[in-house]
Amino acid sequence: MTGSNWTYVGLGLFGILGPLLFPAYTLSIAFLWVMVLMASTWDVLGGQTGYNSLGNITFFGVGMYVSAIVQISFFYEGGVGEYTSAMGSIKPEFTEFEYFAGLFLGIIAAGLAGLLLSVIFSSFMFGLRGPYFAIGSLGLAIAAAEITITIDYVGGPSGISMPLFPGDIELRSTFFYAICFGFAIAAHFLLRWLYSTQYGLAINAIRDDEDKAEAMGIPTLIYKRIGWGIAAFFMGCIGAVVGNMVGFIDKEVAYPIPTFGIFMVAAALLGGKGTLWGPVLGAIIFHVIKDAAWTLLLGFQWIALGLLLIINIVYFQQGIMGWLQTKFPERFGIVVDQSKVRQSESKEAA
Amino acid sequence: MLDTLQLLFVWAPVVNIQLILEGIFIGAIFALSAYGLALVWGVMNIKNLAQGDFVIMGGYMAFGLNMYGVPLFIILPIVLVTMFAYGWVVYVLMIKRILDQDMFVSLLATFGLSLLMQQVINRIYGPEVQTIDMKLPVFEMFDGMVTVPSSKLLALLLAAVIALAVVVFMKRSRTGQAIRATAQDPRAARVLGINVDRIYAFTFAFNSALCGAAGVLVSIIFVIQPFYGITYSMGSFAIVTAAGLGNLPAVIVSAFGIGLFTKYCGFFESAYEYAAPVAVLLAVLMWRQVRMRKNRQVVR
Repeated sequence: MTGSNWTYVGLGLFGILGPLLFPAYTLSIAFLWVMVLMASTWDVLGGQTGYNSLGNITFFGVGMYVSAIVQISFFYEGGVGEYTSAMGSIKPEFTEFEYFAGLFLGIIAAGLAGLLLSVIFSSFMFGLRGPYFAIGSLGLAIAAAEITITIDYVGGPSGISMPLFPGDIELRSTFFYAICFGFAIAAHFLLRWLYSTQYGLAINAIRDDEDKAEAMGIPTLIYKRIGWGIAAFFMGCIGAVVGNMVGFIDKEVAYPIPTFGIFMVAAALLGGKGTLWGPVLGAIIFHVIKDAAWTLLLGFQWIALGLLLIINIVYFQQGIMGWLQTKFPERFGIVVDQSKVRQSESKEAA
Repeated sequence: MLDTLQLLFVWAPVVNIQLILEGIFIGAIFALSAYGLALVWGVMNIKNLAQGDFVIMGGYMAFGLNMYGVPLFIILPIVLVTMFAYGWVVYVLMIKRILDQDMFVSLLATFGLSLLMQQVINRIYGPEVQTIDMKLPVFEMFDGMVTVPSSKLLALLLAAVIALAVVVFMKRSRTGQAIRATAQDPRAARVLGINVDRIYAFTFAFNSALCGAAGVLVSIIFVIQPFYGITYSMGSFAIVTAAGLGNLPAVIVSAFGIGLFTKYCGFFESAYEYAAPVAVLLAVLMWRQVRMRKNRQVVR
């Protein structure tokens, strides 16, 4: 059994036993898997393709709102407009079938909405490179948040309260935990498979030199679209799940640009971007630090997180996986050509 | 929508004058902070996403001093000096270490700095919206339909003076020449005996002081709040992307343009005022990209 298999066993056991052993932390561990999913899918474009998006959170927010609309409009005869204008005073009783069917359809619709949006965005965003892409995508997220609160149909600034879960509260958190865990696993194995195919090599070529990659016949635009589409689909789905898990959505919940929007990037960088395990590892460590800061440093938690972010990026930006790779290259199957190193050293000496 | 248009152009065209004046005031602030951004960007290739938070920090410093009754003409130099020192410290602790990294790192690191500054300011002053009341007379025109507080005129004058001083400094002084030389070619500048590291530190601190001055003006003529910085960052980025680096007339023109656009958007729907600079930024990026695409090039 190799090391990565043991990691799977360990993480799987933790994922299954975690909420059973520590039921009070179920939602916290659920958010851990959300972070893992976000960081991993960010890395498709950010680490592997070299397009650092700061706006993946757009798909999260849009997915959240789309699922809310689908869930309410399918099974509440008054429609979304009436539901939102009542500001939560209408509490329609959904039967179990209605609730779960609505949730299922909502998650699917949210993912598809994210996918569609990413296709639209990618038609004009991928002409921007480097910092312009990052700033432009951040602008998209801010614009989406501002546009959302001017739409009265989805409640405007006062938000929407989601349908009530038919069942007791412990079942509810376990249920949503399972969905989050499932999505994280699905995304991880999809990416693992994807990176092992020719697609993985192609997007790495795009990252290293896009002009050369294009000259070699790689359809760069399509490949970048696929990468962002995967991220957008999962971000939309998980947005729908988180919206239902939190139970109430508004601008702050749906477009957490300064929190999750930047945490996923920070987590991917902490673990080491451009690797399969880096974002997973980074997300776990980041989430643990974050929750510890919330408990131990209450009142100063944001300051602590800002400091962590700066220290991580400024002083330790190769990430944990990057550090391990330079420290123990042979364990990752990386061969360092010593002759070249010596040559350049002797040149410098001369 | 139609009602607002009618109000603007049929019933009360004087409202336009008020909006244009406000646009010019906010444009002056944008011009200062965008000039600083372009300076740092051009000289050391750092894209400072915390630009707006430097502005807000200067504003809060002025607000804090004003609470103790310090008059404006003393506040401004104090803020300039403190922000200069703060910029130098930030350079030594952070920026110096990310100078030769890839550009996204500078973006993300300064975003982290922006979060940190927001939170520290929020911790000290609280999340309320604040402003400095100068207790200066307010001019009224057109039967009170257009009000121009003289504090705003004073701020505009100050902005012009600061901008002029900066231009003269960059053109005439030894340090200004060294900064421009470093921007053109750091290696050649080093060969000619310029301490490039010091110039970098000075440039960043200078930008910080410039933002601080803009912040003092913001706290006089508008409101400050710990989380308002991102508007100024986005506005500055939009201006610099539109005007290019080191093109001062274009910076000023696009700053006033974006100021006017922001104010008109805010008149239609107050939520748009916050989103307007972002929309301009996106529009500028798209426009540049479409133009580049004709030659099969991309925006780098």
